Amino acid sequence: MSGRPLARLGPALAGVGQALVRLGPALAPLLALLAALAAGGLLIVAVGDDPVAVYGLLFGSALSWPDGIGYTLFYATPLIFTGLAVAVAFRAGLFNVGAEGQLYAAAFAAAWVGITCAGLPAWLLAPLACAAAVAAGSAWGALAGIFKARFGAHEVITTIMLNFIAVALAGYLTRFHYRQPGDAILETRPIGAGAHLARLGSLVPGLPARIPLNLAFPAALAACGLVYVLLWRTRWGYELRVTGASPDAAAYGGIAVGRQLVIAMAISGALAGMAGINEVLGYRYRYYDGFSGGYGFTGIAVALLGRNHPAGVALAALLLGGLVRGGLFVGIFSEHVSRDLVLVLQGLAILFVAVQRLPGRPAR
Amino acid sequence: MSGPAPALELRHVGKRFGGVLANDDVSFAAAAGAIHALVGENGAGKTTAMRIAFGLLAPDRGEVAVDGAPCRLAGPQDAIRLGLGMVQQHFTLVDAMTVAENVVLGAEPGRRWALDLAGASARVAELARELELRVDPAARVGELPVAARQRVELLKALYREARVLILDEPTAVLAPPEVGALFAVLRRMRRQGRTVVLITHRLSEVLAIADEVTVMRDGRVVAARPARGLDAAELARLIVGREAPPRIAKRPAHPGAPVLAVRGLTVLAAGGAGGAGGTGGRPRLDGVSFEVRAGEILGIAGIEGNGQSELIDAIAGLADPAAGGSSGTMILAGLAGLADLTDPEAAAGSRAAAGSMAARSIEPAVPPGGDAGSLPPDRDAGSMAPSRGSADTVDLAGAGPRRRRQLGIAHIPEDRHRRGLLLDLDLAENSILGAHERPPVAVGPLRGWLDRAAITRRAAAILARFEVRPAALGLPARALSGGNQQKLVAGRELSLPPRLLLAAQPTRGVDLRGSELIHRHLVALRDAGCAVLLVSSELEELMTLADRLLILHRGRVAGELDPARATVEEVGLMMTGGGAGGAQ
Repeated sequence: MSGRPLARLGPALAGVGQALVRLGPALAPLLALLAALAAGGLLIVAVGDDPVAVYGLLFGSALSWPDGIGYTLFYATPLIFTGLAVAVAFRAGLFNVGAEGQLYAAAFAAAWVGITCAGLPAWLLAPLACAAAVAAGSAWGALAGIFKARFGAHEVITTIMLNFIAVALAGYLTRFHYRQPGDAILETRPIGAGAHLARLGSLVPGLPARIPLNLAFPAALAACGLVYVLLWRTRWGYELRVTGASPDAAAYGGIAVGRQLVIAMAISGALAGMAGINEVLGYRYRYYDGFSGGYGFTGIAVALLGRNHPAGVALAALLLGGLVRGGLFVGIFSEHVSRDLVLVLQGLAILFVAVQRLPGRPAR
Repeated sequence: MSGPAPALELRHVGKRFGGVLANDDVSFAAAAGAIHALVGENGAGKTTAMRIAFGLLAPDRGEVAVDGAPCRLAGPQDAIRLGLGMVQQHFTLVDAMTVAENVVLGAEPGRRWALDLAGASARVAELARELELRVDPAARVGELPVAARQRVELLKALYREARVLILDEPTAVLAPPEVGALFAVLRRMRRQGRTVVLITHRLSEVLAIADEVTVMRDGRVVAARPARGLDAAELARLIVGREAPPRIAKRPAHPGAPVLAVRGLTVLAAGGAGGAGGTGGRPRLDGVSFEVRAGEILGIAGIEGNGQSELIDAIAGLADPAAGGSSGTMILAGLAGLADLTDPEAAAGSRAAAGSMAARSIEPAVPPGGDAGSLPPDRDAGSMAPSRGSADTVDLAGAGPRRRRQLGIAHIPEDRHRRGLLLDLDLAENSILGAHERPPVAVGPLRGWLDRAAITRRAAAILARFEVRPAALGLPARALSGGNQQKLVAGRELSLPPRLLLAAQPTRGVDLRGSELIHRHLVALRDAGCAVLLVSSELEELMTLADRLLILHRGRVAGELDPARATVEEVGLMMTGGGAGGAQ
């Protein structure tokens, strides 16, 4: 007797599940985030702290005006770029694990132009340094594309190896050729003032100029729009997505698959390279060793959370940027929770996003 | 029906996919030791019902019963344990493994960690012998032709001691002699006391082999009766819900100038293919020469694996880079011939005229009543890439797939999943593949912009003209049934309109009504002056549509026949290498 309502509950739940699946692309990451926060809350309780207070601190500090928001956007900027980089490659069926190496190559190229052409006027030097970054990142990405198209080398392997090479090469050049003498840490001489990107503090009233949020941020948002237009409004984007959907069908449709792979990796590398611009031209005004701290790898998480869509990537990057900012405060002001909580939340969110279907439903 | 309980039963089964009721109160019973045909058009719900019976899908309501006992199937493992086996339309084999390894996969013999492959091989060979199934247990599955893979799937089910075997459209991929061989196996299985459920939409097969018939239409069972006493007309009426469609009325062909001339085409086998296939270094195609003229359908008959796929790939420019290379020439003749044919006044033939002529003359092919939005002629004067210089002919050597498409070659591929479709992209995006880089789809500077309105118009017109259901542009191609996927692909290629159409298995897996639709469009395209090269494993399709018939055997042209005069036996003899080559 009491079995009947329960028996009804099953299909009802399944119905809810199906509805969620249909709302899919937008809702699933959101649900994953909520699940991650819930699981993280349990973790906070387990270490003996109050989840409400910790989450309040986390999001409060990330969203306060002007510092919270300013830094959140600043931290989000490179993640938008690397997230886009991973997403574009993914749409072409490629897993670019090399955004890290591409942004190192790009950052050093930007610094190199900023140092060697320091005397040039700002209107010339800044664009030139940006172009160098984009070109270097693009070339570094295209290499992996060429390896794949010409020799069938898997891009995951080649991009990982190219990561090592890029970081080591930039480190070598810094240490032996462009080092700032006397500095304790490994960094290059400062770039010419003409290469500095304007900080948004000088443009937006109420935003202090000490916050390093710079022109790279609006550029990142513009890149989201451009990537969207490229992928869904142009012939080239169509060819790229067709290649990703099915290389056999692409060849059948008259698309040169090998060329698409190279183009996709070049675009991906260029986007990753722009993350280097934010750091070198907008913040540090020099290249220094190990500056990234994994923006390229976090870009994979951003792309996953953002479902490889530019709008999703922007939102995911803002979220992770906010977590980075808030994490600093959690680490300092909470008793038992360290800033590593942020990494745990990030990992949990990705884990839940990776869930493709709800349990109990056979795959269709 | 009193007496023993049915071997397999569905009782009042319902299943809904989103807004579609795929199965609506379906009750089905297959008597033990009988061959039961489950028939109906594409999308009638046959496959869904059997996937439920095999535990691949959970029913929303109703139940499955085996030998009269209701059972809950959490998955295929449960079904296998109860003695069910299923050979699905798309095989589930591991190409890199041998036949024996594939057969035992998931039910490996031996104790604990030791895998007794020798024992497995022996058991597989024994099973194969019992049923006279020709399969080499040591052969690598990836090197086997489709028919042999199907036998491996059968062995897989039998190895798991299936008493009830469900086969989903098993004959869709088989040539006529292979169908006969399969039916012989099924009859032997019946003699052993096994039960066979055969999903099909071919009437002749039902009448040839079935003991019982269940007919489904629109998700419901509309008839269940003994096969004895049923005739084709009645069965067709039950399936379609109206009288069977009339045969394709085909006017005599008026062939024009040759559009494609193939001379001495030889395609070598891949380098290291000496292994289990046993074909050694024999060329896949060996000195094949022929011409296709404007306004004719040239049929290519042959048992699967005799060079048809290689021929189509070679002309489409899609030859496998791993293959051993090729020689010979393929010359595509210019548009002038086509213009001559369709409009003798414009003898010199402007290309624009040719393009729009073809499009215009397709119009009558729209089925009566279906006043669906006709496709706008989409090839403006500039979009057809001019052949080099002012020459009327182009050597296809060195022209990639894109250039060949620009030259007016369209291609309905034999495997829609591998090449024809982008399963995860939507129907609109699928409808422009191959036409995506020329107007009206691609516009603006460098033809870089996709005109979304034009794509929508084009896609909607294709879906309407070829009756693709559901006609929802935003749906991923994966969501369509196999027959509807095929109609989408065929519609896309037929609507270009092409100068030369390579149609490989154009109606594979498509129901009666859809096949008729595609056939009519093929004939209309021919009448508009297109050259059509038709490869099919369905002899009836070839005999009906083709104006001339080439028979391929072991990579060579075994002969040419006039389909209007030749008999099925003559063609069959040549296909199996028994004909006096070319004697006519």
